[in-house]
Amino acid sequence: MELLGYIFDYVVFPGFLFTAIVGLLTTWVDRKVSARVQWRVGPPWYQPFVDTVKLMGKETIIPAGAARTGFLAMPVIGLAAATLASTILWKVNLNPGSSFLGDSIVVLYIMTIPAITLIIGGSASGNPLGILGASREMKMLFAYELPLVIVVLTSVYKAGSFSFAEILAYQEANGIMLGSFSGVIAFIVAIMCAQAKCALLPFDIPEAETELAGGSHIEYSGTPYAVVRLIMASMYFIVPVFIITLFWGGFNFSGWSILTSILKYVAIIVIMVLIRNTNPRVRIDQMVRFFWGPMLVLSIIAMILAVVGY
Amino acid sequence: MSLGLKALKKSPWVFHVNTGACNNCDIEILDALTPRFDVERFGIVLVGSIRHADVLLISGPVTRNVLPRLKRLYEQAPKPIKVIVIGACGCNCGIFRDGYNIIGPVDKHIPVDAYVPGCPPKPETIIAGVVKVLNTL
Repeated sequence: MELLGYIFDYVVFPGFLFTAIVGLLTTWVDRKVSARVQWRVGPPWYQPFVDTVKLMGKETIIPAGAARTGFLAMPVIGLAAATLASTILWKVNLNPGSSFLGDSIVVLYIMTIPAITLIIGGSASGNPLGILGASREMKMLFAYELPLVIVVLTSVYKAGSFSFAEILAYQEANGIMLGSFSGVIAFIVAIMCAQAKCALLPFDIPEAETELAGGSHIEYSGTPYAVVRLIMASMYFIVPVFIITLFWGGFNFSGWSILTSILKYVAIIVIMVLIRNTNPRVRIDQMVRFFWGPMLVLSIIAMILAVVGY
Repeated sequence: MSLGLKALKKSPWVFHVNTGACNNCDIEILDALTPRFDVERFGIVLVGSIRHADVLLISGPVTRNVLPRLKRLYEQAPKPIKVIVIGACGCNCGIFRDGYNIIGPVDKHIPVDAYVPGCPPKPETIIAGVVKVLNTL
């Protein structure tokens, strides 16, 4: 029975099905808000679902120069990893008892796997632009991972534990992390890292539609491309949830807190979309300098403030 | 009608190919994608890679240099794919008919689903052409 419970958690709720549906709805919010920013009407709410169904009905092409196994397996592994991260995060938010020691580290690690699978998939596609996108993705991973780990550590330091349950309990008792100076700074850095993790506009260097034509996704078509888009949608869902859990008191689904929980999530999404719509793409060196310069300094300041007690 | 085709009607992703046009039709195609016409309402999105495309928008008469590329693009596109020719040049070579480097209109080389004549056609005409092709699905 326990095994069945785990399978249900992973496949239906809060795993694959739930993550995919909410992730696709999130990409609709992204497209709709972008459209409103540009004074347009924007697509209807079911647009991402229609896109996914359509891609599944299209022909799947494997390029002649591609490494077949790696090319086809990588999106599936990435989707599995994204689903696992979402399952752990939501299990903790719905039932803090299911937390285990060090699950924040586990989720942090698992959230890098989709990026790594896209690197390998892009390299396996045999397309020069795909390989270029993969190499850019790798540079971006090196750049944003360091400040992100440090801001996660500020939260962990204040709560005195690596488990999400303890972090949530600390925020329940002492007010949310965002209420302190170190929390605010850490939150800003985390939003910037989220922007890079979801490959949104100031940092969409690996996809770069105008120059790389999709980067590491360039050769994916049909069902594998639908899976790649599902990975992107799931990441768009997971990363804000991760930030809310660490800095904004997590989710609560009793009574009126449902509304505030959803509002928190939508607020973070809208911040990310607005950053995306008001910034041009930066160069690789600018991106690395940004993350290893100001963002790293800010994250270290947040850490010092947390240690001092602010 | 299968579910995939039904969905294709709601989300045709277009890929833009210039086969030697004077760039006027390309500007009109970009016009059709601007916020004024907002074709994303109907799910139409311009994609960067031919592997993601559902509709090829081809502008221009076919020149000798571009012919192998055009054929390869058509083969690279995942099926089902729809081909729409934009502009008088793509339909019947237009004013470049007697050019030394022109080897016939687009439909001589790859199957075409719709023609949008005009020099250049208006964005409204282009959108009407796309709608007509989608209605044949």
